[in-house]
Amino acid sequence: MGEKKSLRETYGKTLVNLGKIHNDIVVLDADLAKSTKTELFKKEFPERFFDMGISEADMIGTATGLASAGFKCFCSSFAMFLTGRVYDQIRNSIAYPHWNVKLVSTHAGISVGEDGASHQCIEDIALMNVIPGMTVLCPSDSVMTEALTRELYEYESYAYMRLPRNDLELLYDEKDSFGIGKSFVHKIGADITIIACGAMVSVAKNTLLRFQSMGIDAGLVDMYSIKPLDSKTLEEVLSKTKGLLVAEEHSVIGGLGSSVAHFASEKKPIKMSFVGIEDVFGESGTPDSLFEKYNLTEEAILKKGKILYDSF
Amino acid sequence: MKKEMLIQKSKESRIEILKMVYNASSGHVGGAFSAIDIMVYLYFYKMNFSKENFTSPDRDRFVLSKGHASAALYSCLGLKGIFPKEEFSHFRKINSMLQGHPSRKTTPGVETSTGSLGQGLSFANGCAIGLKMKKINSKIYCIIGDGEINEGQFWEALMTSSRYSLDNLRVILDYNHLQIDGHIEEIKNPSPSVKRFESFNFHVIEINGHDFDEIDRAFTEADTVQGKPVFIIAHTVKGKGVSFMENNVNFHGTPPKKEEFEKAMKELENG
Repeated sequence: MGEKKSLRETYGKTLVNLGKIHNDIVVLDADLAKSTKTELFKKEFPERFFDMGISEADMIGTATGLASAGFKCFCSSFAMFLTGRVYDQIRNSIAYPHWNVKLVSTHAGISVGEDGASHQCIEDIALMNVIPGMTVLCPSDSVMTEALTRELYEYESYAYMRLPRNDLELLYDEKDSFGIGKSFVHKIGADITIIACGAMVSVAKNTLLRFQSMGIDAGLVDMYSIKPLDSKTLEEVLSKTKGLLVAEEHSVIGGLGSSVAHFASEKKPIKMSFVGIEDVFGESGTPDSLFEKYNLTEEAILKKGKILYDSF
Repeated sequence: MKKEMLIQKSKESRIEILKMVYNASSGHVGGAFSAIDIMVYLYFYKMNFSKENFTSPDRDRFVLSKGHASAALYSCLGLKGIFPKEEFSHFRKINSMLQGHPSRKTTPGVETSTGSLGQGLSFANGCAIGLKMKKINSKIYCIIGDGEINEGQFWEALMTSSRYSLDNLRVILDYNHLQIDGHIEEIKNPSPSVKRFESFNFHVIEINGHDFDEIDRAFTEADTVQGKPVFIIAHTVKGKGVSFMENNVNFHGTPPKKEEFEKAMKELENG
């Protein structure tokens, strides 16, 4: 396994770099700046940083007011408190009036670990997906996180990006390009193509050779832009592969899997399988033990992939 | 202050509000009538906000946090010529510029969308902070409903207003004592209101929200306050201006019937 790097650390550093060039960027947090790493921006630009305290609803609203005054706002907190807690504020105060506010969560998914289910947001993608016009991003490594943070600054609308608590393996380098509505094709499999996002991309990547040794030609697409989906690439995948296996650190309901299934069922119905959190809450434990127990593993992908392959 | 002109504008606004809600067979008359005198004072006298400058960065801003009083907002914007008065007849109908609750994307002059209660003050705070950062000397006026302050976000926002010493912000409480399910005192009593808002480090002024002399006194005093946000407790009457609608919770969100409409129009026209 390659070098690992913190996505939230990269997010914080990228905000600082953006802040050095652009005077109109402001950052808001809700008493979690140390964890979300927006504190890096706070240290550099205290006059453009607002710690709203433990009041996420007020943070969202304040950001919309700042946006109306011409600022580009980034709001951060844990995924749990940045989405579910303030769903109505995001829908009615940001999206409906169409304010340029970016929501970047950290500690998304079950890999939050020891804090347990109250802090393990496995439904944020679903919640954000259904908001009209919302962009939803889930990067899989540090390089991509920097590129997407920069793209979010330029993007003149509202958007949500989720980051994990733990470090993820470096998958890309500066030559690779990423954007809203794009994806990164590692390989299109003749038998199975795995569509993954976030932490599940590196897990899925490790299964490709193992599939090969089983006589299955498997591919992988990093579908980090969950909304809008990269429809061009997905159509290409659908024309070249026999089955799709979607893997995500999120509930199997309403996430990347649901979006891809929706797309495929209209364009070209295809056999599909889903690796994600089944309809249950998580619990305390180390991130590795949680991934193991809740089937976010290479083995889970291989098992479901084999069943999918056998059904062709 | 041109008091006679404001009294006349209030009368015109009430008539337009009543017609809008009657035509639409839906909408909120009671809470629009309780807030309209303050809104007329702001839109037709106090605020730097006109057909010519309503998108300019240095305009004063009005936020109707109690978005259900949308007809009151539309009457002011329409009578100011921000959009044609003909739009009034489309209120709450399909393809209309005038949505049931204020929508920034569809209605010129609406600063932000409101309707889900308790969210307007946070927006107003952000606006006030942003304008200070840009060294724009405009004022932000935000009307809050007294039922709306049941919402927790409002209290979060109050702490933000004083934390950032937003002396360019005036929060106005439309204190008409009624919410859909009854008397606010019987649901979540905000009394003692003056002490409560003073304790949040606001400069508090108490007025009769239907008396233009008192309204003018309050907003003039507000302009002298430095380093603190201003909170104006406006004692108002729900349904003010039509005798049988006053203090009658049945006219919160129920449109008047034909005979009620005709009777109310007569009262307003003769008032």
